[in-house]
Amino acid sequence: MSENTVNEPVTAKRVNPRLENYKMIWKRLKKNKAALIGGYLIIFFILVAVFGPYLLSQFGQYGPYQQNLLNKLQGPSAEHWFGTDNFGRDIFTRIIHGMELTLWIGFLSVLIGMIIGVPLGIISGYYGGRIDNIIMRVMDVLLAFPGILLALAIVSVLGGSLQNVIIAVGIFSIPAFARIVRGSTLSVRKLEYIDAVRALGASDFRIIFKHILPNVMSPIIVQATLRIATAVLTASGLSFLGLGAQPPMPEWGAMLSAGRTYMYEAWHVAFFPGAMIVLVVLAFNIFGDGIRDALDPKMKQ
Amino acid sequence: MSTYKNILEVRNLQTSFFTDDGEVKAVDGVSFELPKGKTLGVVGESGSGKSITALSLLQLLSKPGKIKGGEILFKGKNLLDYTEKQMREIRGNDISMIFQEPMTSLNPVYTVGYQISESLMIHQNLNKREAKLKSIEMLKLVGIPSPEKRVDQYPFELSGGMRQRVMIAMALACNPDMLIADEPTTALDVTIQAQILDLIRELQAKLDMSVIMITHDLGVVAETCDYVAVMYAGQVVEFSDVRSLFKKPKHPYTVGLLKSLPRHDIEQEKLQPIKGTVPSPKEMPVGCRFSPRCPAATDLCRGRMPGLITDEQKNEIRCWIYSEEWDGDPEVNIYGEERIAEG
Amino acid sequence: MTKFIIRRLIQTIPVLLGVTILVFSLMHLIPGDPAQIIAGESAPERQVEQIRERLGLNDPLHVQYGKFLGNIVTGDLGQSVRSSRPVADEIGTRFWVTVELAVYSTIVSVFLGLIAGIISAVRHYTVLDVVIMIVALFGLSMPNFWLGLMLIQYFSIGNWMPDWMSFMQMRASGWGDSWKQVVLPVITLGTAGAAIIARMTRSSMLEVIGQDYIRTARAKGVKERIVIYRHALKNALIPVVTVVGLEFGALLGGTVLTETIFAINGMGRLTIDAIRTRDFPVVQGTVLVISLLFVFVNLLVDISYRFLNKRIELD
Repeated sequence: MSENTVNEPVTAKRVNPRLENYKMIWKRLKKNKAALIGGYLIIFFILVAVFGPYLLSQFGQYGPYQQNLLNKLQGPSAEHWFGTDNFGRDIFTRIIHGMELTLWIGFLSVLIGMIIGVPLGIISGYYGGRIDNIIMRVMDVLLAFPGILLALAIVSVLGGSLQNVIIAVGIFSIPAFARIVRGSTLSVRKLEYIDAVRALGASDFRIIFKHILPNVMSPIIVQATLRIATAVLTASGLSFLGLGAQPPMPEWGAMLSAGRTYMYEAWHVAFFPGAMIVLVVLAFNIFGDGIRDALDPKMKQ
Repeated sequence: MSTYKNILEVRNLQTSFFTDDGEVKAVDGVSFELPKGKTLGVVGESGSGKSITALSLLQLLSKPGKIKGGEILFKGKNLLDYTEKQMREIRGNDISMIFQEPMTSLNPVYTVGYQISESLMIHQNLNKREAKLKSIEMLKLVGIPSPEKRVDQYPFELSGGMRQRVMIAMALACNPDMLIADEPTTALDVTIQAQILDLIRELQAKLDMSVIMITHDLGVVAETCDYVAVMYAGQVVEFSDVRSLFKKPKHPYTVGLLKSLPRHDIEQEKLQPIKGTVPSPKEMPVGCRFSPRCPAATDLCRGRMPGLITDEQKNEIRCWIYSEEWDGDPEVNIYGEERIAEG
Repeated sequence: MTKFIIRRLIQTIPVLLGVTILVFSLMHLIPGDPAQIIAGESAPERQVEQIRERLGLNDPLHVQYGKFLGNIVTGDLGQSVRSSRPVADEIGTRFWVTVELAVYSTIVSVFLGLIAGIISAVRHYTVLDVVIMIVALFGLSMPNFWLGLMLIQYFSIGNWMPDWMSFMQMRASGWGDSWKQVVLPVITLGTAGAAIIARMTRSSMLEVIGQDYIRTARAKGVKERIVIYRHALKNALIPVVTVVGLEFGALLGGTVLTETIFAINGMGRLTIDAIRTRDFPVVQGTVLVISLLFVFVNLLVDISYRFLNKRIELD
């Protein structure tokens, strides 16, 4: 390059690169129809969880625990949109009330996984060496219990309750976060500017919070979204097995489990809670896929 | 022999990419010709459409890309009329192609020998054993030592230069009439570059091939080509024989390219890069596409697109300066001071 | 290659130790006195002490773990509190039932997943691709216990006696009605895996199809079908292999739910029954066996991955 190109004055307006980046991600997210549908569904579900029970108490005729044994196991009808269960409770009302539970389980357990998994991943990737080795071997051990088994084992000793399910599913999510964050940290750590910042005398703490964390945010967000889907599935599975939420709580997995007994007389008792689980999990999966595509630097060209 | 004069004639080739944001004209009315046994250089900056032109010739464009119009006459027959099946018989058999990235252009899960044998088995109906023997012969031809051993190796066991030799062996296995080399040396070390160019030239003479050399490097053109098509923003701006081009380039863009090239034959104060960048295909200038960067541009240049003008030597230039409509200084000097001093 | 296998085996040892430590500590993570909980709240002190003695809970922790580990090595997984039978015997044939179920389901999900993924990739951005991907997304988002129940509801209303039949039994008794007993659990268990493999295959294929060497193959005049099935597929399958290993694991975990729904007498159901009856030695035994199996399968997958992907450098 000749000198005069180097010395040319910068005339372009100064823009915040990170802000520009977010704008671009938002633009790409808007283009991804599936992701938008997922996002809207999630917002809708949150609104239902927050306002649904209140609206039902104002305008609905049934409470979530209100029994009517004369009216049990009724199929879907105008009065009971999703029918009634074996105690004559309105399934639609119970499902609306269960939305809040489901979302809490999903968000909280993933939050636990993140709070523990992300620092472990950063420490592992940033410091490397022996500590990395130890952390990753521990993660390997946790991953050696396939699928639901780890959460199941934890709940089996802690005892079946909603709270313990959240803890168990949270622990079950730790390795996924630790691994992904470690990988991203490693690649950021290799960038030359991290060495430069360090040469300027920045502390590890500062480097991690100022430079590493913002750069590993995208994979964390993607992982968290997809992980909520897994968490909801796992938690409802535990409740289905009778190890999570206990009756009469309107938790969907537990409702499904109760409906199982009456499958031949009343298919709807098991159908609707399960279908709702599918919808919620689907929404998080679609949204997670969408933001992964939007954040994927490979597709930026 | 049949009636064609040139082995390849491209007329008004138009290739576009149909994206979500609309049509992007990557190649916009490109024409050139190549006599048998000669080498044509296609030069331009990245984004000028030269690689897309090359891929269009073999109809190897990937999805949103499509040839919209024009003619590609190979031995007098229009390849654009061919069915996909007929095109397959052309590819690798009559016309071969080698690519820029030898590191990624070979399939990692097959041996070198298998990949050379494949074209032989497709086009010459050889069986496995015969194809392998021929592959060894080809590896020897491109100067790979101990070919009997190499033939059973996987690409990851070879260096970049070796892989490009393998690519050449693969391309030449069926004795094609024409070779398209898309930046064959760009990804290689300087010393290896010269070896590969020598190899292509040597084999061209030996096998009586015509070659299209796609490159951004005028040095490569000077060394290997008989004719040059200079491309800018999807169009040919100057088509000329190599001697005239280097002796007296006519298009201001060609002049700019030459000035940015280090030369040994004349004294240069310093290299002069062309100011500005290639316009994006979405925001093409209305008039001459080079006008925003051209030191001699006038209102005419900015307002209307010039056509191709043929000069006395039958070379073609897409520039208003050489037309009767030119509205600027009739004595305009596009060469800058050094050239004047030179004469 | 042998060096790699040996190194990989050595790497597995700490994981195996970790798994045994975790399984061992299950008993000690129980809030309160495990012996009391196993015996039940109202059990007399004498009985609690007996259980404590039998489980060796009076020894110091490291001695307990040492015994635990030593016993595992000799194949002794302890004794069921409920049936007083050795845990190894309780698992016994149930092990093979679960393995059979998981293997069938893996085969089905690999088969369906690969076909769907390849079709989707080859026809990408067509209606067919969109439909396959939507179906896969649903498959991925469905709780398998719900899917299983719905299948039972749909296919076997009335007389269902879902008793898992092994392949051998099926051959002996003829197919007849037995497909219900085998096919429905396998679909239930394999659907999510098929969906994941389909998505993985599709994205892997699409990535490979964009590679330079695919263009090279086309430039040679290779037929499109051969370009896809010979040049692209072989490369695209390499990353899919690892997913198959993980999916087998997920399936093993999933047997817990599937076996419960279909009343299949395998390890998964044994685990759940043991948890319900607080039979912790049995829980420990099944969790340990399933995890060890998973570790072993992953080891095999790693080795075959290495075998397929010759490009991994010898680090």
